[in-house]
Amino acid sequence: MTKPSEPVSEMDLHAFVDGQLDEARQREVAAHLAENPEAAARVAAYRTQKTALKAAFDPILKEPLPRQLGLPTASRRTLHARWAAAAAVLLVAGGVLGWQAGGMFTPAAAPGTAVVHQAAVAHAVFTPQKRHPVEVRGDEEAHLVTWLSNVLGAPLRAPRLVDAGYLLVGGRLLSATDGPAAQFMYEDKGGRRLTLYVVTDPAQRGKTAFRYAEEKGVAIFYWIDGPLGYALAGKMTREELLKLADAVYTQLGR
Amino acid sequence: MIVDQIPHLRRYARALVGDREQADDLVQDCLERAWSRMHLWRAGTNIRAWLFTILHNLHINAARRHNSQPRSFDAAAADLPVRPTQEDELNVRDLWQAFGRLPEPQRAAILLISVEEMSYGDAAAVLDIPVGTLMSRIHRGRERLRELMANPGDNPGNDTRTSQQGRKR
Repeated sequence: MTKPSEPVSEMDLHAFVDGQLDEARQREVAAHLAENPEAAARVAAYRTQKTALKAAFDPILKEPLPRQLGLPTASRRTLHARWAAAAAVLLVAGGVLGWQAGGMFTPAAAPGTAVVHQAAVAHAVFTPQKRHPVEVRGDEEAHLVTWLSNVLGAPLRAPRLVDAGYLLVGGRLLSATDGPAAQFMYEDKGGRRLTLYVVTDPAQRGKTAFRYAEEKGVAIFYWIDGPLGYALAGKMTREELLKLADAVYTQLGR
Repeated sequence: MIVDQIPHLRRYARALVGDREQADDLVQDCLERAWSRMHLWRAGTNIRAWLFTILHNLHINAARRHNSQPRSFDAAAADLPVRPTQEDELNVRDLWQAFGRLPEPQRAAILLISVEEMSYGDAAAVLDIPVGTLMSRIHRGRERLRELMANPGDNPGNDTRTSQQGRKR
């Protein structure tokens, strides 16, 4: 047996059980245990404890999350209530302006409309670009997200919309009324593009339900969540966009 | 990111306080605080340790506010998710009982290390104590568990409630 270079301490025994020793020390402690039944028995007991505690508490990881848990709402409104609110906005707008008429409609001035306008303009300007739709391409996603997070001063994420058929094209930095904004662009197989516009510190901090607007022929869902305001824009029907907005919200907001 | 940590936060909170609803309230408070302070989190640093620190502080503050000792974990009444298998039921139940009788600082240290499998450094940061203090809590906690398991007869909390009405799924 190799001689331990340093006496094995009680702390070493715990670190051995917890796998927190470097390899050389791990071997030394193992050698020590082979010669010290009392220490080996203690290590075995600690291991049993650890296994049993994990067995007891691990299944909690697999439990479905309580429905309200994780939704960032000051009022603890449920997602259901948010959807009801979003649906109400749609119904009112549709009722007043003629849903079937299918024309454009402008929602009453509400907090966030500046964001809507900027998002619509940014969408209209950049999505038709063939060669330079983005500054940083989606294959450099980590770099893109870190860069934009640093400029906006908040940790951003580019949501994954693969399940909905959209891949990240990339993103760019833009300037909004009061500071920087980020735009992430997505594209489906048919070349249809979707943009997510993000600003920090919108005038009205807090939480809002989804709101819907159309501008420049672009459908937009927008919402505010803490320090960030989001606007998801695409040339598609409200229903199609609503599904995508749900996917984005679920990933970013929870 | 944050969402990925929710199951871990729930597990730690439940193991710490026992009661499911109370634990989930604690996690919800933690998440709300985290989102409202997202700007304080530096991208690239350990978000898991950051979240657990928030949770731990909320838990300590709540206990202080209610001017109560941190509750001792009642293994019999706890919303543990599954029954242990028959063969090791006795053993595991004894261990839970014993675990519930440890002082809370020792329980927290053991949970972060044994169940959450954090590094000693991260766990010490979460609990805001030096690593040496963390190690001594782990040592005392594990030794106490070993004694209690070796002499289950000494365990005055070893009543029959577990097999009667106290068991929840």
